[in-house]
Amino acid sequence: MSTHNEHTPTHAAVPAGAHHEHDISHDPGLYLRTLIALLILTVITVAAAGVHFGSGTANVVIALTIATIKASLVALFFMHLAHDKPVNAIIGVGGFIFLGLFMLFTFLDVGSRVPLLPNNMPAMAQPTPTPTTLNPLLTPPPAPLAPAPSATGAAGGAAAGAEGEHK
Amino acid sequence: MSTTSIDLQPHGGGHGHEGQDPHFQHHFTTMEQQFDTSKIGMWLFLATEILLFGGLFVGFGLMQGRYPREFVEAHTYLQRSLGALNTIVLLVSSWTMVMAVHSARTNQRKKTVMFLAFTIVCACIFLGVKYFEYSAKFEEGLLPAKYYWHKENSIPACPAGPATATPTIPGCTHGYATFFAFYFMMTGLHGIHIVVGIALLTWIMLRANKGEFSGAYYTPVDLVGLYWHIVDMIWIYLFPLYYLIS
Repeated sequence: MSTHNEHTPTHAAVPAGAHHEHDISHDPGLYLRTLIALLILTVITVAAAGVHFGSGTANVVIALTIATIKASLVALFFMHLAHDKPVNAIIGVGGFIFLGLFMLFTFLDVGSRVPLLPNNMPAMAQPTPTPTTLNPLLTPPPAPLAPAPSATGAAGGAAAGAEGEHK
Repeated sequence: MSTTSIDLQPHGGGHGHEGQDPHFQHHFTTMEQQFDTSKIGMWLFLATEILLFGGLFVGFGLMQGRYPREFVEAHTYLQRSLGALNTIVLLVSSWTMVMAVHSARTNQRKKTVMFLAFTIVCACIFLGVKYFEYSAKFEEGLLPAKYYWHKENSIPACPAGPATATPTIPGCTHGYATFFAFYFMMTGLHGIHIVVGIALLTWIMLRANKGEFSGAYYTPVDLVGLYWHIVDMIWIYLFPLYYLIS
């Protein structure tokens, strides 16, 4: 496969895996800009955590979206995926795709379950709180569990706590 | 295998059939192919790392769904400023790492060593901050599972039976204990990765200092760089999940 050219001493200093790439992929300025973008996004995500976007779910979505943008910047420029051979990106993205499948089916399963444990039986008698939310990752505050903590938290008494137990 | 190159230079020692680079192994056709192969192997390893931490993230998500109130409350025990500081330290270390790779590629030995040393310093700062965080948690009894004793009410307040039924019971600390079990497991595993990273960085820094790397061969620097970036990337997700969500 190798041509005569590649093995002449004059080419010895040419980077082994890089001479087919564009110069832009190894530009220190690009790395610095990436770092600055990452630091700015960090400030934004900390600031965004102090703001309440309607629901806790919205805050989680915003935080994870910013995290994903940061992770993409790291992968594209620090890990060279933007200018690298595609096979590496396929492997890396493949890892995330399989992780996504794992999350999807896990949360589909959990999200579609009706609580059948003995302590939850009274809750089933009420028609309203049936957990049908199928959003993976967005489980925290939605319908079934959210009202209960506030009720017990406000009353704080043992009686309210005992009722909350049946949730 | 080209025969022309053998005319140019006699056989080097070791595997160097091409007689050009002592790092060249005879089962590869070119140095470029050898480099690409190593890189693919590293990426396969990184994919397993994604899945390793991914499983823990899924578990964290499940338990957050089970104990929403406790998880949100437990978040407040973590110091946001320290988490943010560590995020910045790791991001800067990622930059110094990529600059080290760049320096190795462009045959700048001193710069390579300097940037690697700076990366190691950042990693040590990260671990130092983590040490302060951990010792504060130890003192307050914010510990995983049955070792949790922070609240005056401890685990005996929880009724027997499946933990599913406990989220709203006052005095039951299952949720807090679970949160800190995940906190210590995930940041601890990440911390172990940092320690391994420091060892790897030291190793390639010593090799770089001996002038072993050049534009023709800098594979170890590049691969350790990829490892270091994935460790940074995992922290990019750990930080908002543990320190920011409220």
